[in-house]
Amino acid sequence: MAKLILEIQDLHKYFGKLEVLKGINLKVYEKDVICLIGPSGAGKSTLLRCINRLEEPTRGKVIFDGVDITDRKVNLNKIRSEIGMVFQHFNLFPHMTALQNCTLGLIKVRKMRKEEAEKKAMEVLERVGLAQKAHAKPRELSGGQQQRVAIARALAMEPKLMLFDEPTSALDPELIGEVLAVMLDLAARGMTMIVVTHEMGFARRAATRVCMLDHGLILEEGPPEKIFNSPEHERTKEFLSKIL
Amino acid sequence: MNQIIENFFNFEALARSQKLLLIGLETTLRLIGLAVLLAMGFGLFLAVLRHANRRWLNPLIIAYVDVVRACPIIVLLMLIYYALPFIGIRLPAFWAGILALSLNGGAFYSEIFRGGIEAIPRGQTEAARSLGLTYMQTMRIVILPQAIRIILPPLTTNTLELIKASAVASTVALPDLLRQALQAQSLTLNATPLVAVLMLYLLILLPLVQLVTFFERRVKNSG
Repeated sequence: MAKLILEIQDLHKYFGKLEVLKGINLKVYEKDVICLIGPSGAGKSTLLRCINRLEEPTRGKVIFDGVDITDRKVNLNKIRSEIGMVFQHFNLFPHMTALQNCTLGLIKVRKMRKEEAEKKAMEVLERVGLAQKAHAKPRELSGGQQQRVAIARALAMEPKLMLFDEPTSALDPELIGEVLAVMLDLAARGMTMIVVTHEMGFARRAATRVCMLDHGLILEEGPPEKIFNSPEHERTKEFLSKIL
Repeated sequence: MNQIIENFFNFEALARSQKLLLIGLETTLRLIGLAVLLAMGFGLFLAVLRHANRRWLNPLIIAYVDVVRACPIIVLLMLIYYALPFIGIRLPAFWAGILALSLNGGAFYSEIFRGGIEAIPRGQTEAARSLGLTYMQTMRIVILPQAIRIILPPLTTNTLELIKASAVASTVALPDLLRQALQAQSLTLNATPLVAVLMLYLLILLPLVQLVTFFERRVKNSG
């Protein structure tokens, strides 16, 4: 049996009186690629953001690598440095070069020496195919390139888990492919990933499991063939028929 | 015409008041240098503290900033210099001036810094925190460098205002430029020292005014 990386137990999240997550249970094993799908407002992004506590869970447990991160006493910054996150709008630091974006965490969080950090950063930029853009500022890069740098920035920390929050939703259609290619490569190399996405082609190819969320609950989960070819729930069928 | 030159641009009077004016200039430069530094630091501190969003602290900061901004700086100075001694706190004129200018300037600066910090998209903070950076690291390395670029024009304008306001210190007998000039005037029975003070202020402040225009143009072009 593969190693359990993340376990979410009965996770609830309220925004004021609105219950956005209504008791999520999920287990993620090493090398899993979990795709979270579902209509907007289902709670996919909120679920993802509860995993590194960008949102505070209201109730329930999130156990990452054996540690309950909802515990007040945990070293949250250390845990966050082990969970990579890629955002819909890239969120690169605009006043830093691609290389500096990638070395920041290594130098400030991991206390790595500058030369060592730069070597590591060049490696990951190479992996996303952007070593030649190392000294470019984000505004000099296309959206697809920016998102690849953002992936490199997360990768540089050698995370045990990577979270992707609709990584291609803000991209022009012709730029989506290059980002998905990088993500497929990551999956093939055995990176454990949780991906909120509307790219069903990616989910089919890369996911080990697909979770369908609706109204704050996981309606059904299973291997992509099952979810896409013979979904059990009416809501899943309806959702898939709208977007496929 | 002769009367104007005789009374406003009298070299003899200027020469006689030179020493007084130089002392004044030195005092004023020390006063504004320290006050601007402290006010800016205090303002930044308030803004960062407020942004950290501690529930019990924020109302206090907001109340402070609002009250001080509504209080004329000369009243604040009089309170510090003439009222505090009643409860045993007696500050020299220089430090009373520094305190009044820092308290007042800090309140205005803090609003400017806050505006800059809030103008930076939330995603920047989230990206930095998700890497494992602390709140203070995120502020220092990611947010403030971006925020300061945006707020350079109001920051400089506020500094200009603070420097001009420093002349109130003359009202508590601090030998600053204005005070010394008034004294030189009564000594020489001539208005030239006052004109000289105006010239010195313009010498200090006109470059700053130009700087504001330069920053404004740059922000406009890059935005």
